[in-house]
Amino acid sequence: MAEIIDMPKLSDTMSVGTLVKWNIQEGQVVAFGDILGEIETDKATMELSCTVPGTILKLYAAAGAQLPVGAPICAIGKKGEAAPSPVAAPAPAPKAPPTAVPAIPEKVDVSCIPAAPASAGTVAPQSDASRTKASPYAKRMAEKAALNVAALTGSGPGGRVVARDVSAAAAAPAAAAPSGPLKVAVAPPADGKGIQPDADVPVGGMRQTIARRLLESKLTVPHFYLEVEVDAAPLLAMRESLNKRLADSGADAVKLSVNDFILKASAEALRRVPAVNASWAGTSIRAHGAVHLSFGVALEDGLVTPVIRDAHAKTLKDIAVEAKALIGKARAKKLTPAEMSGSTFTVTNLGMYGVTGFYGIINVPNAAILSVGATIKKPVVDAQDRLVIGQRMVIGLAGDHRVVDGANAAQFLQALKQLLEEPTLMLI
Amino acid sequence: MAVISYREALRAAMRDELKRDDKVVIMGEEVAQFNGAYKVTEGLLKEFGPKRVVDTPISEAGFIGLGIGASMLGIRPVMELMFWSFSYVAFDQIVNNAGNIRYMSGGLINCPIVIRGPGNGGTNVGATHSHTPEAILASHPGIKVVCPATPYDAKGLLKAAIRDNDPVYVMENTILYNDKGEVPDEDYIVPLGVADVKRVGTDLTIVAHGRAVITSLKAAEILEQEHGVSVEVVDLRSIRPLDEETILASVRKTHRALLVEENKPFCGVDAQVAYLIQSRAFDELDAPIHRVSSIDAPQIYCKRMEDQQLPDVNRVVREALKVLA
Repeated sequence: MAEIIDMPKLSDTMSVGTLVKWNIQEGQVVAFGDILGEIETDKATMELSCTVPGTILKLYAAAGAQLPVGAPICAIGKKGEAAPSPVAAPAPAPKAPPTAVPAIPEKVDVSCIPAAPASAGTVAPQSDASRTKASPYAKRMAEKAALNVAALTGSGPGGRVVARDVSAAAAAPAAAAPSGPLKVAVAPPADGKGIQPDADVPVGGMRQTIARRLLESKLTVPHFYLEVEVDAAPLLAMRESLNKRLADSGADAVKLSVNDFILKASAEALRRVPAVNASWAGTSIRAHGAVHLSFGVALEDGLVTPVIRDAHAKTLKDIAVEAKALIGKARAKKLTPAEMSGSTFTVTNLGMYGVTGFYGIINVPNAAILSVGATIKKPVVDAQDRLVIGQRMVIGLAGDHRVVDGANAAQFLQALKQLLEEPTLMLI
Repeated sequence: MAVISYREALRAAMRDELKRDDKVVIMGEEVAQFNGAYKVTEGLLKEFGPKRVVDTPISEAGFIGLGIGASMLGIRPVMELMFWSFSYVAFDQIVNNAGNIRYMSGGLINCPIVIRGPGNGGTNVGATHSHTPEAILASHPGIKVVCPATPYDAKGLLKAAIRDNDPVYVMENTILYNDKGEVPDEDYIVPLGVADVKRVGTDLTIVAHGRAVITSLKAAEILEQEHGVSVEVVDLRSIRPLDEETILASVRKTHRALLVEENKPFCGVDAQVAYLIQSRAFDELDAPIHRVSSIDAPQIYCKRMEDQQLPDVNRVVREALKVLA
C-alpha cells in the first residue's frame, strides 16, 4: 500500500519546513537511504532520506514550497499504484505570501463538503478555518503564561498548538549578534529610484524563529544591563605572539581570534562565578554543571547560535578549532539541531564592525548574554596617573534578573575583566 | 523472595486461603483428580482432600449455580472456568444471581464467590474459546473484576478476591502462566481497586491491564531506547472497582495517554478509561487519547493472523508515536 511521506519535524522548534529541492521525480524507484531532497528548517538545511523503498507515485509539493510539519510531501508505493489523496492537508501555518512558490494543489475531496440542507432551519456548522487549533493543555499553559495561542505556530498534527509550542514561546532563546564580518555591498550611485523595490518579502523558518524567540525573550525576561571597559592590550599582545608561534608550527596551523580568547575567558569566568551559568525553571533555578557556550554567527539571511559543549573543560586551542568548524557549518547551513541547542551562556561580538558597545537580547534559557565591542585606541589614565594610549574594549552583559542579580553579574564581569587583562591566568 | 511462575502464584494463593479459612473450597471441571486443565490446582486435592477440592460435571450453568448457592450459605467457593469463554453458558448465574443478590435482599445475603480462569486470546483456540469478557462483566454494578499481569499481582489479587464478601471474577491469561516473577512467601494481598504504576515516566501514559501491560512495558523500553521518550505504564489490575485517581494522576503528569488492551475495541474497558480521562482531565490533555486493542473481528483461528489481531509491541510503539506527535 502506498505510504505518504510527511514534512518531518527535524528540530524541536521546527513547525514549518521549506522544501528546498527534490532529487527525485515521479515514477522514480527509490531505496532506503536515498536522498529524496533537501528541507530547510528554522535552523538548518537537512537532507531528507528515504525510509520507504518503492516508486515515487506523487510529489505533493513543488520545490520552494513552505509546508507545516506533518503536511504530505510525497507518496511512495508500488509501480502503477494510484497515489493516495492526502486527507485534509493542514493549511500552511504561516500563510505563504503570493510571491512564494505555492504547494501543488491537490484534488479537493468533495464528499467532505456538506450538501446544502434540504430543510430550512438546520444549517451544517462550518469549521472556522481561521480558528487556531490548540490542545486543552496548551491552552491552559498559554493562559497561565499570558500568551495568545492564536499567535503561536502549532507543531502538532494538523498544525495543532501543543504544550511544547507554548513552552518554546515562553522560554524562547533570543538570538545573538553575529561574529565574523559580512560582505557589505557597495551602494550603487543614486539614479532617482528608491533604494529597493517596495515588497513584502516572505520570511524563511530561521527568520520566523528569530522573530518569535527574541520577542518572547524581551517580553518575558526581565533584562538588566552592566558594562565594563577592559584593557585589551595584554590580550592582543598574547594573541600576536601565540599566533606567530602557531603559524611557525605548520600549514594547517590554528589562528586564534580575539573572540576565541573571549570564549575561553567566559568559560573560565563562569567557573569562578557559577551563579551566572544557570536557568530560570519556573519555580526553581537550574544550576548547570557544564558550560555549553553558544556564540552568534551571522548569515546573509539571519543568524544562528552554534554551541561549544563543555567549554569549561576545553583549552583555548580546542575552542578555537571547534568555533571555526561550527562557523563553517553554520555558513553552509549544515548545523544539526543538536549543534544549536543546549547552551548555558551566549557570547556575541560586533567588534569587527567597529561597534564600540551594545547589549544582546538574552538567549533563553540562558541567564545572561555577553556582548563584545571593538577594541579601540583611546587616551587612558594609567596606574601612575599618566595619560597614555590605551587599547580598550567595552563588554556588555544583559542578565535575567530572575536568575542573577546585579552583584553576581558584576562579579562575573570582574572575573572576566581580570582574565582578559591578565590572559596568562587562562593557562592555569 | 521466591521467584515463581504466575501459575504457581495462583496455586499458592489458593493453598494459603484453603489453609487459612476452612470455608474456602475449590470447584470446577478437572480441578481435582486431573490437577486442573492448566495445572493451576495441581496437588491441591492430595493436600486438602475431596471435600475441599471438588470436580464438577461439564455444566457451567449448573456448577456455577451450585457455587453461588453455597456462597450465599457461608461457603467461600473458588470456582475454576476452563476458559472465561464458557462463562457465557452460566451468564444468568454469574450476572443475575451473583451480581444482584446483595442488592435484592436488602443487604441480608451476600455472595462471596470467586470465579477464576483464563480469559484471553492468542492461543489459537478459535473464536468461541478466546473471549475477554472483563468489560462485559465489569459493566454490571455489584460485580468486581480483576486482571493480574504479573505473578505478584496474581497471588495478591486472588487472595484479596477470596477474602472479599462480594463476587470477584479473576481473569487470568494462559500465555502468562509460565511467566516468572518475585513473589513473597508471607501473607499479603493486593487490594481490589488499586492500580499500579509499573514503570515511571514523564512524556506519555500507557494504561493497560492483563497481558497488555507486559506488551506495553516492552514497548516503553523501545520508546525509551530508540525514540528517547519516557513512558509511564499504569497497570489497572482491577477493572472494577477502577482506580480512577492513579490514571488521572499519571495523565496530569504526562498530558498524553495511550490505552492498550487485548479486548475488542467496541465498548472495551478503555472506552470507559478514555471517557474518564476526557471528563476529569480534559484541560490536561495535550493530544487526543489513542487506543490499541484487538482488531475488531471474531477471534481469528489462523495463528499468524491472530498474532496480528492482538496488540503487539510494534503496534503499541507506532500508536505511541502518534500520540506523541
